[in-house]
Amino acid sequence: MALPIGPILGILGDNLKQRGSVLPLTRAAATRWSKGLDLPRGGETILYTGHMYQLIPAIDAMASQMALLENSRITKLLGMGRLVNKVINLSFFMSLMASKELKQRNDEALRNIVRLLQAAGVDFGYLYGDEMYSGALVYDEGMDDVFGAHARRVAARFKKHGVKKVITVDPHTTNMLREIYPKFVKDFDVEVQSYLEVVAENSPEVLQPQDQTVAFHDSCVYARYESILAPPRELLAKAGVSVAEPELSGTNTHCCGGPIEALFPSEAHRISKERVAQLEKAGKQIVTMCPICWVNLRKAATEGTTVQDISQLFSAAFVKSSQSCT
Amino acid sequence: MATVSSELAAKVKRCEEFNAEACYHCGVCTAVCPLGYGIMPRKLFRQVMLGLKDKVEEQVPAIYSCLLCRMCESNCPAEVRISENVRALRTLVNNKEL
Ligand code: SF4
Ligand code: SF4
Repeated sequence: MALPIGPILGILGDNLKQRGSVLPLTRAAATRWSKGLDLPRGGETILYTGHMYQLIPAIDAMASQMALLENSRITKLLGMGRLVNKVINLSFFMSLMASKELKQRNDEALRNIVRLLQAAGVDFGYLYGDEMYSGALVYDEGMDDVFGAHARRVAARFKKHGVKKVITVDPHTTNMLREIYPKFVKDFDVEVQSYLEVVAENSPEVLQPQDQTVAFHDSCVYARYESILAPPRELLAKAGVSVAEPELSGTNTHCCGGPIEALFPSEAHRISKERVAQLEKAGKQIVTMCPICWVNLRKAATEGTTVQDISQLFSAAFVKSSQSCT
Repeated sequence: MATVSSELAAKVKRCEEFNAEACYHCGVCTAVCPLGYGIMPRKLFRQVMLGLKDKVEEQVPAIYSCLLCRMCESNCPAEVRISENVRALRTLVNNKEL
């Protein structure tokens, strides 16, 4: 029995409307990663996490629960779950099951991105508790009214803080702000660049060359929506890393399966297994650029294979070793 | 017997981004799609364009299974905006307009 699509999308949409995010993320959980980094508050150029790295542990916990329900009769209760969720924050209880280790890894990826931008000489601020989720998931599911209202709230936040340029950290948020917000928010004129583009443009000095070969996984959204193919490869080459391209790479990259995890967990897993098999043929050290690809490929990897976020590798190469955390 | 709904075809045509009529049925999209479902995406669009409401309703899980990965789209010779078309169908399902 497949999971009931309507009630699940209903819960995610209700959460975004009522609680500002598809899955509830406390301010503390959204900003915890920035502790001790002393980032300036606000400014014309900001780092915008879009909460993607911070939400992944909760989404992953939810997907695991959904996978248990996928073939169960209890699924029919999810309709009732939506009603209850409007009053009691049901998905909050799911997020309590999120893995501590995953939270730490994802927080560390964000810290690595900050250190990398700083090593490249880029000045930027951060909105801390005023930062909001981009709404990517509800847009993808075709919930345009809910998404549009949310996008306008996010844009108003940028305006309030005088933000003119946003540096993003993941492909989905980059695409939302760069291509989709201008369609939903009148006069949205914030400049948007991925941190990979910004760092490649500013070309930091390599401090610790990384003499290794990695199997490189292009994210569908970076490769086919945003044409971000050269910047990560240029930086990898500069860092001394050789890239082993899998059979399907660049504009022909194969999806990690992640986008359908919440609704079709078994199908998502089948697709991530297929992708991991292609990557493992190229090498056992896989590198990703998106938090969704990262978690999904890691879960599908076989023994002896490592999957790391590209920020980890770049931090090891470009950030003074006393500051970098891998 | 299949129910033909002229209303369904008219509704998708009203979606600004929906351009499946540009498709010339080469089948490349289905061949490269990582889902490996015969229906995705060419046949689904054909059913929609023909207004085969009952058949399209049966395909709701497939509509939401699409990864929006654009593997199909970047290989489509007719520049069909496949992922945007799938999203448009999701919006119709969400709004109970299908
Ligand atoms: S690849 Fe394009 S033209 Fe060919 S069948 Fe698919 S949608 Fe139609
Ligand atoms: S966008 Fe959807 S239909 Fe096209 S290849 Fe990806 S999963 Fe298949």
